[in-house]
Amino acid sequence: MKDKDVLDEISSIKNIMERSTRFISLSGLSGVMAGVYALIGSWLAYQSIYILRGSSTFPYPAILSDLLTFERGELAGEMFVLALIVLILSISTGIWLTVRKARRKGQSVWNQSSRAFLRKGALPLVAGGCFILILLWHHYYAVAAPVSLIFYGLALTAASQYTYGDVKWLGLCEIALGLIAMLFPLYGLLFWALGFGVLHILYGTIMYFKYDRENSAH
Amino acid sequence: MKIALTNFDKAFENRIRLQIMSVLVANESYDFNSLKELLAVTDGNLASHLKALEKEEYISVIKSFLGRKPNTRYQASAKGITAFKKHLEALENLIKQQKS
Repeated sequence: MKDKDVLDEISSIKNIMERSTRFISLSGLSGVMAGVYALIGSWLAYQSIYILRGSSTFPYPAILSDLLTFERGELAGEMFVLALIVLILSISTGIWLTVRKARRKGQSVWNQSSRAFLRKGALPLVAGGCFILILLWHHYYAVAAPVSLIFYGLALTAASQYTYGDVKWLGLCEIALGLIAMLFPLYGLLFWALGFGVLHILYGTIMYFKYDRENSAH
Repeated sequence: MKIALTNFDKAFENRIRLQIMSVLVANESYDFNSLKELLAVTDGNLASHLKALEKEEYISVIKSFLGRKPNTRYQASAKGITAFKKHLEALENLIKQQKS
């Protein structure tokens, strides 16, 4: 056996182990798109809460009357629908781009590692989603944003063992941001825009340059 | 050089068998279709290599049903994991020898 053969053998082992345990078709670009949707959504929310209602004290903090309006839940329905649209758009774009990336690389999307990835992430997400619905039901609107950041971060860190390690860092950042947001409940929307908008764009860009571009060059 | 070669496992001489073992060491278990797709091999080819590993008692087979479809999963045995580790060590030694 030649030196090169041995190295070949070892790299093939490493490659196959990685491909069998990690879901690597996850598209970086979908992170950027999710971030863009979240920023647009936050901007629209900001418009309707602070500007269209005429009680604007630009930029923040919300004055007491704003908070009361918000706390009474006058806008809760609107905000809920807006958040739902952002969520659905992000997920469908994510699925579309990920399927496209997998096809281009000749890999399947629905395999053992992608299933494990979704299974691990689903538990904190579903628990968090129910928790937020209960919060809204109790009219605790102000803490919904930090709570969504924390649960989303937990879902990412849990699922990260089945994909790129970078996802774990994104998750930890989301959790940290959620905790900080909890200290400043009036700024929920700002932190939500930071976590789901800015962090996603940052992460997606890093992922794109680190993995996607390099692979498509081959 | 010859001493190192004796440590190589005959069962892993074939690239596909080595790859199958790599997957089963890295994962708790793996099913036939996922393996086939991952390694990009034909049904018959994969089946014969799996048989060979099974004969060595390096892997165990778990047969179950998903609805009506049979779902065959494979798992690395303790013996298989030890053999795989030894094989990797032998590869490593070979590189070390050639460097010195």
